[in-house]
Amino acid sequence: MRHLKRMTVLALSTCALALLAGPANAQQKQMTIAMITHAQPGDTFWDIIRKGANAAAAKDNVKLIYLADPTADKEAQLINNVVEQHVDGIALTLAFPDAEAPAVKAAQKAGIPIVGFNAGVGQWKSQDLLGYAGQDEAVAGKAVGEELNKEGAKNVVCLDQQQGAVQLEARCNGIKDTFKGKSEVLYVTGYDMPTVKARVQAKLQQDPSVDYVVTLGAPFAPVVLDAITASGSKAKVGTFDMSPVAIDLIAKGNIQWAVDQQPYVEGYEAVDMLWLYVTNGDTVGGGEAVLTGPFFVTKDNAEAVAKYAKNGTR
Amino acid sequence: MTTTTESAGLAQRRRQYQAQAFWKRALKRPEAGALGGAILVFIFFWVMAPPFRQFAAFTTVLYEAATIGIPAVAVALLMIGGEFDLSAGVAVTTSSLAGSMFATQVAGSLWMGVVFALFFSLGVGALNGWLLIRTKLHSFLVTLGSFLMLQGLNIAVTKLITGNVATQDISGMAGFNTLQLIFASNFMIGRAQVSITIFYWLLFIALATWVLLRTKIGNWIFAVGGEADSSRAVGVPVKRVKVGLFMSVGFGCWFLAMHQLFAYDTVQSGAGIGNELLYIAASVVGGCLLTGGYGSAVGSALGAFIFGMSTEGVIYADWDPDWFQFFVGAMLLLATVVNTWIRVRAMRGR
Repeated sequence: MRHLKRMTVLALSTCALALLAGPANAQQKQMTIAMITHAQPGDTFWDIIRKGANAAAAKDNVKLIYLADPTADKEAQLINNVVEQHVDGIALTLAFPDAEAPAVKAAQKAGIPIVGFNAGVGQWKSQDLLGYAGQDEAVAGKAVGEELNKEGAKNVVCLDQQQGAVQLEARCNGIKDTFKGKSEVLYVTGYDMPTVKARVQAKLQQDPSVDYVVTLGAPFAPVVLDAITASGSKAKVGTFDMSPVAIDLIAKGNIQWAVDQQPYVEGYEAVDMLWLYVTNGDTVGGGEAVLTGPFFVTKDNAEAVAKYAKNGTR
Repeated sequence: MTTTTESAGLAQRRRQYQAQAFWKRALKRPEAGALGGAILVFIFFWVMAPPFRQFAAFTTVLYEAATIGIPAVAVALLMIGGEFDLSAGVAVTTSSLAGSMFATQVAGSLWMGVVFALFFSLGVGALNGWLLIRTKLHSFLVTLGSFLMLQGLNIAVTKLITGNVATQDISGMAGFNTLQLIFASNFMIGRAQVSITIFYWLLFIALATWVLLRTKIGNWIFAVGGEADSSRAVGVPVKRVKVGLFMSVGFGCWFLAMHQLFAYDTVQSGAGIGNELLYIAASVVGGCLLTGGYGSAVGSALGAFIFGMSTEGVIYADWDPDWFQFFVGAMLLLATVVNTWIRVRAMRGR
């Protein structure tokens, strides 16, 4: 009897969980678009992309499937997965172009239109995607290199949180291209902040002449500030991408600038481009990438941007 | 006349014997191998990397080691007790998220958030233990389940409550300064910044060592890890010991979580994944057996220290960053090989 009761409780709680997860909204003739990214789960930046995608999906009456995995083979698997679901379009990040190529081909063979966004600006054409929305990371990196020259930096560390992701490598390489001083990459693994702090601290102790640290993600910038204080370094900090905290710190003058690639626009455009193609056969960009950045947020315009950042859309 | 010389000779022999026995006993301790590995890695980087020689570098290494070592002390106890906890890495993030969101969204007080997070973490630990006992599955499976569930909860609940995937900045709230002083203060020794976590870490090591070697509970832990059925037969409360061990891992996670919360103000809900393996690795490098029943708290600390030295040392040595993880892995392997070599030698008994 007790056993039976327990079974009932288990069954009921399973049902409750299933209800929580929610039934798919079954509207008629709704288009289904899958968005596949290499996001690390729980990253602010990717959440903004997703919000942009959701906004476009709501406007265009599209059902959006959002899937993400930060490793190459799993991201490729996700593509295969949605091809089997027979979605009407796929928006994906070509962060690992070679690993994803077979899955992309399979999707194209199944007649599913694909657009790229955020990562893979150098590869989307060769893989025959319909279009691309994002920042040309090399262009952004070069712009940062110029900015560093202008500010008179001599020795720069580029802090990369995901070794092997092409769009991050492209940023550091872009800096190396135009920057006249010495530049070096420092890898950290994801969002384990104590480790990030310790490693940056170690780097600054190892080479006290470092006078600028460029982080490739905004959540790292405040941690780098901590590490600079801890190691007694005089280095300045600039960052790619944004977060409310980073914008605050820019307004206060602790962080020099942030390079915004407008992730909201990337997510929005990717979904909208697919909708245009499926409903009207349109393509956007005239054979070139639709550039969403770089846009420099500095002390001068921080206040105007902060409003949207607080909402989690910039 | 003869008796005095004889007794003097005897005393000398006894002294010799005792000295030898002490060395032998020391070498037979579970952490002896790890100490050898740690010394080796230390000397290696001392020679290879000039910046490694400064005191400031040493405190940086200790900080990294402490952030691994605090949960690892509890994980070592758990492993001696014969169980794994794969959820520990993510549970740290869960705890800091719980504290932060309870403080900002529910209670409006950081102190309440800290207390809530403590109970929450202890609860997660107790749940792990309870599931283990009720389902009779291997802890590897049970905690793999809770690891994945917590990972999902972290992101889903954070998004549900804050609308974003990172929590709000709490540095403006009342009580922040006091709590930061407790959990995340730094002070200067000379030109080196020293984090308070290092001292908490040492305290926890001492406490865990005392419990293991000097109390009845310590005996119970070794017993349930070595031979659970026999120890139940002689009256050891196996279930309570195991639940208690999982809860102490919960405590370790909570403590590190509070440090992270007050040191870095906001929490990224995706953080912590993969760290559970570091805690387990630190324990194993430090002499814990994967099968349970053997190990030490000091060993886990040495394991964490070896890991801290390897990761930071590669940076101090300024080796090609592309090879970073390779070097870290190679150093760990080297240290562990030395460990085992020393341990096997010592166990041979001569």
